[in-house]
Amino acid sequence: MSQTSVTEHIIPHMVDTNKPPVIILDKVNKWFGPLHVLRDVSMTVAEKERVVVCGPSGSGKSTMIRCINRLESHQEGRIIVDRTELTDDLRSLDTIRSEVGMVFQSFNLFPHLTILENCTLAPIWVRKMPKAAAEDVAMSFLTRVKIPEQAKKYPGQLSGGQQQRVAIARALCMRPKIMLFDEPTSALDPEMIKEVLDVMIELADSGMTMVCVTHEMGFARQVADRVVFMDRGEIVESGRPEQMFGEPRTDRLKLFLSQILRGH
Amino acid sequence: MSQTAATADKGYTAARERPPSSVAGPVAWLRTNLFSSWLSTAVTLLLGYLILRVVISFISWALLHAIWSVPYNAQGQPDTSACIDARGIGACWAIIGNKYRLILFGRYPYAEQWRPAICVVLFLALYVVSAIRAFWRPVLVLIWIAALAVIGVLMWGGTLGLRYVPEDEWGGLPITLILATFGLAFAFPLSVLVALGRRSRTLPAVRMLCVLYVELIRGVPLIALLFMASVMFPLFMPEGVNVNKLLRAQIAIILFAAAYLAEVVRGGLQALPKGQAEAADALGLSYWQKTGVIILPQALRLVIPPLVNTFIGFFKDTSLVLIVGMFDLLMMGKVALSDPPWQSFSTEVYLMLAVIYIAFCFAMSKYSRGLERELGRAHRR
Repeated sequence: MSQTSVTEHIIPHMVDTNKPPVIILDKVNKWFGPLHVLRDVSMTVAEKERVVVCGPSGSGKSTMIRCINRLESHQEGRIIVDRTELTDDLRSLDTIRSEVGMVFQSFNLFPHLTILENCTLAPIWVRKMPKAAAEDVAMSFLTRVKIPEQAKKYPGQLSGGQQQRVAIARALCMRPKIMLFDEPTSALDPEMIKEVLDVMIELADSGMTMVCVTHEMGFARQVADRVVFMDRGEIVESGRPEQMFGEPRTDRLKLFLSQILRGH
Repeated sequence: MSQTAATADKGYTAARERPPSSVAGPVAWLRTNLFSSWLSTAVTLLLGYLILRVVISFISWALLHAIWSVPYNAQGQPDTSACIDARGIGACWAIIGNKYRLILFGRYPYAEQWRPAICVVLFLALYVVSAIRAFWRPVLVLIWIAALAVIGVLMWGGTLGLRYVPEDEWGGLPITLILATFGLAFAFPLSVLVALGRRSRTLPAVRMLCVLYVELIRGVPLIALLFMASVMFPLFMPEGVNVNKLLRAQIAIILFAAAYLAEVVRGGLQALPKGQAEAADALGLSYWQKTGVIILPQALRLVIPPLVNTFIGFFKDTSLVLIVGMFDLLMMGKVALSDPPWQSFSTEVYLMLAVIYIAFCFAMSKYSRGLERELGRAHRR
């Protein structure tokens, strides 16, 4: 296995540019009432690509990522995930959601189910997997996120970092093609951020397609093929992390970087 | 000394096993809660004296000076003069001995009253079985259907060599249990559907219908609804079609209870963080999977206290059917008291009825608290 946690090695790019993109956003617009939260957002994500989305709060980055598995619906433009366009058709929606894993800022584990049940729930109900097989899969992913010994506990008995790692394992149990992360470390105490990032770095190393909203610039530098900067509902700038952080072109990105770096 | 009981890590303060005894134990409890100052000591002594007085006089009335039986004359008429002499001094429990079968089983033919008695036992068994979590599986539905079928056969008869007893002759405890059990057993699932419908974002017509249902039914007194069911409803039915009175009252109670319960359930649905539904959606669960496995188990647990509150309320509200001429437990108490020799002993009869109602309601409340604790163990945050 590669050394993921201690040394900050840059994970090599695995993107095959000849393959069609797995996520396409084409001039997507969305309003919350009179508020125009996504403005002509267009981008593509290739297979095995790792995209980090950053931007000030209220910039629409969470809304965009939530549109990709239709937790929010867009009102204009097209979103195509894994060659299926997102519409109101419920059947295609369930298919896409089972192909796309999502990790939330607030974990959203099911508190009335054990860790193991949290992980086996969707494989059993959605994939119709037999219980024993689902439990095997779940235990293998819980081992991968380094908490197999907590399987019989309930979410409330775990620390924030452990809960978030369970949430990642729960999403992986569906064997998704794409993983979405919506500020996965923002609700964590500082000493727990690293254990979650380590799991995400290992996941990136394994070749998972990832779209990740985060402010962890170290993580972006180490993992991202591309960084997308959003502000006021539009994509302002995107590019390779070293270029984005080293020589930002727009004033808005410069301002944003100066603001978040002051905190570090 | 502290070293033996303490667990000390190097460089850390040792933990002690329990707080000092001056703040724990029964004596300390008494001191802090009952005798903390001269004022609280005075209040404690005064209230203690009053409680003692009430308890002593109740025991003296209900047990020491009570009259347990009275002589009967040749015509079977009771001679209640002993009871009348003892009024205010001792209870006349003889009326219970004389009337308990009338109160419990109403005008059901006297010789056949073993049938409603078995039904009451069956109902109780049904409650106990349903309360055990090990039985919370599909087979429970079959148990219910079977038990209710047996109860129907026993009450109506007409088959298996049992005499047919029309429901006009039913009364007392079986009527109360039938109305409450069927009422809540049907109202609860209906209320869950109504609550879900009321929160539906994709089906505005269903939502409108649910809002209309809840607001209309809730805005009408139960008595008015019972009247409508028993007086107005037959007018709208075609000639010859006759839905029986018990069923009509039953449906009115179901509809009424469901409207109230739906709002309780909706409260639970609203209290659940949005993230739970989103996480279920993101995993690809369908609407009914999400609702059945994630949303309802959590939402219903949250509303156990108000749910049981409503259940208890409706258990007692079944006594309102006396308004449409049905003889439930409470009504039978009244009937028993209309017998001239016994007319002045309402305290004893109502005490007995209160004990029966309290037994049922207390069991519900006690069970719900246990259930809450048990489900809460798995839900610690």
